[in-house]
Amino acid sequence: MTDTAPPAPDNTAVAACNGVAIDSAGVPVLDVDGVTKSYPGEPPVQALREVNLTIGQGELVGIVGPSGSGKTTLLQLMGTLDRPTSGRVRITGLDVATMADEDVAYLRATRIGFIFQQFFLAEHSTVLDNVADGLLYAGIPLTQRRQRALDALELVGLAERPHARPTQLSGGQRQRVAIARALIGQPAIVLADEPTGNLDQATGQSILALIDQLHQAGSTIVVITHDHAIAERMRRKVEILDGRIVADTGPAAGTDPRRQPLAGPPTHAPRAAFGTPIGEEPS
Amino acid sequence: MTATATPRRRRLQLSDLTRLSTVGLRTRKLRAGLSALGIAIGVAAIVAVLGLSASSQAGLLNEINQLGTNLLTVSNGQSFGGGTAELPTTAPGMIGRISGVQQAQSTGAVSDANAFRTPYIPSVDTNGLTVQAASLDLLPVVATTVAQGHYLNAGTAQEPVVVLGAAAAQLLGIDRIYPGERIWVGGQWFYVAGILKPAVLASAIDSSVLIGYAAAEKYLGFDGHPSVVYLRAQNDRVNAVDNLLAATANPENPSGVSVSQPSSALVAQADAKSALNGLFLGLGAVALLVGAVGVANIMIISVLERRSEIGLRRALGATKGHIRTQFLSEAVLLGLLGGAVGVALGAAATAIYAHTKHWATIIPTEAWAGGIAASLIIGAVAGLIPALRAARLSPTQALWSV
Repeated sequence: MTDTAPPAPDNTAVAACNGVAIDSAGVPVLDVDGVTKSYPGEPPVQALREVNLTIGQGELVGIVGPSGSGKTTLLQLMGTLDRPTSGRVRITGLDVATMADEDVAYLRATRIGFIFQQFFLAEHSTVLDNVADGLLYAGIPLTQRRQRALDALELVGLAERPHARPTQLSGGQRQRVAIARALIGQPAIVLADEPTGNLDQATGQSILALIDQLHQAGSTIVVITHDHAIAERMRRKVEILDGRIVADTGPAAGTDPRRQPLAGPPTHAPRAAFGTPIGEEPS
Repeated sequence: MTATATPRRRRLQLSDLTRLSTVGLRTRKLRAGLSALGIAIGVAAIVAVLGLSASSQAGLLNEINQLGTNLLTVSNGQSFGGGTAELPTTAPGMIGRISGVQQAQSTGAVSDANAFRTPYIPSVDTNGLTVQAASLDLLPVVATTVAQGHYLNAGTAQEPVVVLGAAAAQLLGIDRIYPGERIWVGGQWFYVAGILKPAVLASAIDSSVLIGYAAAEKYLGFDGHPSVVYLRAQNDRVNAVDNLLAATANPENPSGVSVSQPSSALVAQADAKSALNGLFLGLGAVALLVGAVGVANIMIISVLERRSEIGLRRALGATKGHIRTQFLSEAVLLGLLGGAVGVALGAAATAIYAHTKHWATIIPTEAWAGGIAASLIIGAVAGLIPALRAARLSPTQALWSV
């Protein structure tokens, strides 16, 4: 996991045309290109119609839409948990459609972090091991996983209770554990599905503050929500309705926090915080 | 435009797989225990049946060895005419002179004489007892001793005195010896001198009423021909002696002599598998089958209950293969758990029973190894379909249709 040469496919031009902030190699972190998704049925359900969305390094994006708008389907496709009916999804330039299932799984293990409304923590296991499981399928030995889990717990402010069980934690703390699990592998992109949906107002606010903080530390985060107020807090707001993107504030100039250091929370990129980057493959 | 990279595929490390496969067992201990119980019972039954039959066989063989396998018997066979061929009266002496024979003793059936408790018992109620003339050093040769009283000696062999075989004493209703005790043999009173312990190698002695040769001739009109010669051969010469016996015992008519080695019949008996063994093994197999169904059932329920875990693992980067391996190894582990407990139970049952019977405890390798292997295979077979189902579950369905 020490090789660092990233793939350098020739789609810099495309990304540049869209006016997106792109990473150092010129590849957007996420590129949804003309994606349509329909589910079989009578008549077939068109969940997404010709969606285009490009997300660059370091962005914080809120995708907002009512239930049934297709936002969850979009998250599933962005997270490579499902494949589009047509169109292309690229994660850090890698076209999911051309990859075998095992390779897509490895892509998820190393480059995508998920945060769910229901947290999905294993109750029988400790907070530390829950977080460490975020790297289980990336092929990293247990001792190393636990070490990095401690670092990730520190990042979300839970470093003091690594051996507690999730059942001993409050809802907000559980979501922090889940966030630490998503961050442990320093994924290229973090996808959050209604991260505050199971939390009360105040706790939800603290989780949103944490997400903002992580964004300022350099993480690329996409938050899916039905709540416009939450989406407003994000740097970029994408509205989705009936399977189409109906509004996109676009990547704001200067959103890359590395160029605009803020006071307070850590200002270094998360990769530096975690040591050697993972998920970078030789082309 | 298309970036092609071949991400390295990761196999789970063994330690991680072990941890994963025990998740279900650790979180639902009672359920795991109960579903493994079926397999445990089946394996325990099989191990116990095989262990008990091996232990009892070993016990019997041990007993036979203690009695000695060098006892040979020579008895009067059939004559050409179909009647009973008689052994010459010289046979015991001739046999005793064969090189390698340590000792030769004989009994002679006194035909037409029966033994009764009193003269008032109807003569048809013979109880199957035979009256035999017996030589004086018979007991050590047939590996038995006197339970009560005394055996015949040079004096009592001349007089109307009997010694009862173990079964004969029981059938006559005599369990202890007191002075003056007598039974009615061949129309006159005979005093009872002793009762013998069972002679395992020569069961004919057990149901016999033994009297001295001289007394038999004097009081019962016995012709003096021995009917069975018991002899001990040197251990390394048993076969050589065996080959000479017929011709030596009755040189005129060797084919009218039958020679046998009683211990070999007992060994064959020890080797014979009891029909009940088959029944119990069958029951064990049924229990195993039921256990397999239980494990399959539990695994299917487990997959249904753990949909979100499966979905989460896929989101964390698990391949279908990882999920399949996790659930399959959980089922195998469940089976192995049952198998190990079953082997332990079966071995314990064998040990306890063997101990009470004073046998050596023997658990045949094929019993415990087979039990473990069978439970492993059962776990794998029972877990296959649930594991395939778990792997087939799409991550989106698993995570978003809770």
